[in-house]
Amino acid sequence: MDDKVILRVGAKILIPFILVFALYVQFHGDYGPGGGFQAGVIFAAGFILYALVYGLGNTLRVLPPWIPYLCSALGVLIFAGVGVVTLALGGEYLNYDVLAHDPEHGQHYGILLVEFGVLVTVFGVMVATFYAFAGRGRIES
Amino acid sequence: MDFVVDATLLVILAVTAVTILRVRNLFGAVMLAGIYSLVSAALFTTLDAVDVAFTEAAVGAGISTVLFLGTLALVGSDEKRPQHRPILPLLVVFITGGALIYGTLDLPDFGDPNAPAQLHLAPDFIEGSEEDIGIPNVVTSVLASYRGYDTMGETTVVFTALVAVLLLLARGRRPMRVWHEARGWISVWSDEELDPDLRTRPRDDAEGDGPEGGGDPAGDDDATTSTHDASPDPETPRG
Repeated sequence: MDDKVILRVGAKILIPFILVFALYVQFHGDYGPGGGFQAGVIFAAGFILYALVYGLGNTLRVLPPWIPYLCSALGVLIFAGVGVVTLALGGEYLNYDVLAHDPEHGQHYGILLVEFGVLVTVFGVMVATFYAFAGRGRIES
Repeated sequence: MDFVVDATLLVILAVTAVTILRVRNLFGAVMLAGIYSLVSAALFTTLDAVDVAFTEAAVGAGISTVLFLGTLALVGSDEKRPQHRPILPLLVVFITGGALIYGTLDLPDFGDPNAPAQLHLAPDFIEGSEEDIGIPNVVTSVLASYRGYDTMGETTVVFTALVAVLLLLARGRRPMRVWHEARGWISVWSDEELDPDLRTRPRDDAEGDGPEGGGDPAGDDDATTSTHDASPDPETPRG
C-alpha cells in the first residue's frame, strides 16, 4: 500500500489513540463497560491495523511472533497465579479478599490483576491468530 | 420508541442474514457479516448489555472480519456453485428452528422481573458488588470475582483456541530428534543431515540468506523454529 497516502497517514494518526483507548477500556473496566477481553482485542486491533496498512513485514519487526506467543500463555499464568497467591495467603482459590488488609482493597487488586491476565492472553491470541492467517499468504499486496 | 428501534434493528439483522446466504461473492459476504455483527452490537446496546455490545463490535465486526479477509486472500473470493440440492439441509434447519422456538415457549417473558434467573443469585451480586467489592460495574465484579473460575476457564479456552490454530495453520517442517553416534541427541531436518560432513543447519539453505536470517538467537531450537517459519521473512518474497 505504498501509494495509499490517506490510509497510511490516517492509520498513523489512529494507532496511538487505539492503543491508549485499549488501556482506558482496561483500567476503566471497574466503572464503565469494558475489561480485559475488550481491551485485549482493541490493543491487538491497533497492531493488526498497522499490519494491514504497513505490511506484515514491518509489523513482525515491531512485534516478533514470539511476543504474542509468550503473551497468550503468560496471561493464563497470571490469572492462575493470582489464585495460587490467594491460596498461599490462606484464602480460597481466587478469593481476592486476602490480597490486602481490607477485603475491598483485596478485591480491587485481584480484579485488576486477573483482568490484566485476560488482557495479555487475549492480545497475544488475537495477534498470533492474525499472524497465523496472514503468514500463509501475502495479505499486504 | 423502544419497540421501533428494536424492530428496525431486527429487520436489518434478518435482511443482512438472508443477503449473506444469497451472495455468491465471498468478499461481499464477509463485509455483510461485519455489518451483521455491528447491528447485533447496536441491539445489545439497546438491551443495556454494553459490555457484550463492546465485545461484539470489537471481535465480531473487527477482528473476525480481518481474519475472514485474510482467509479470502488465500482461497479467492468466489464461491463455487453447490453441487447438491439444499432440500435436506433446509429440512434440518426448519426442524431445528422449530424445536428451538417451541423451547422458548416455556421461557419466562422477556424482561420478567420474577424470572428464576433474576431471583436466585442476581440480587446478591447486584447488592454485593457495591458493598463487598466496591465496584459500580456489576458485570466486571461478576466476571472477575464472583465467577472468577469461569473467567479463568474462558481465558484458558482462548489460549487453547490459539494452540489449535497454530497446530492447523502454522506451517513449516519440524525437526526430528535422532540419536547420533558422535554428537548424542540432535535435531535434524532430513536424513541427509545425518552425515556429519553436511551442514548442521539446512534451514539456512532452504530459507535463503535473508537480512534477518540470523536474527533469531534461538533459531536452532525445536520449539521456536516452527514459529519462525510461520512468519515469512519480510524481505524475502515467498515462492
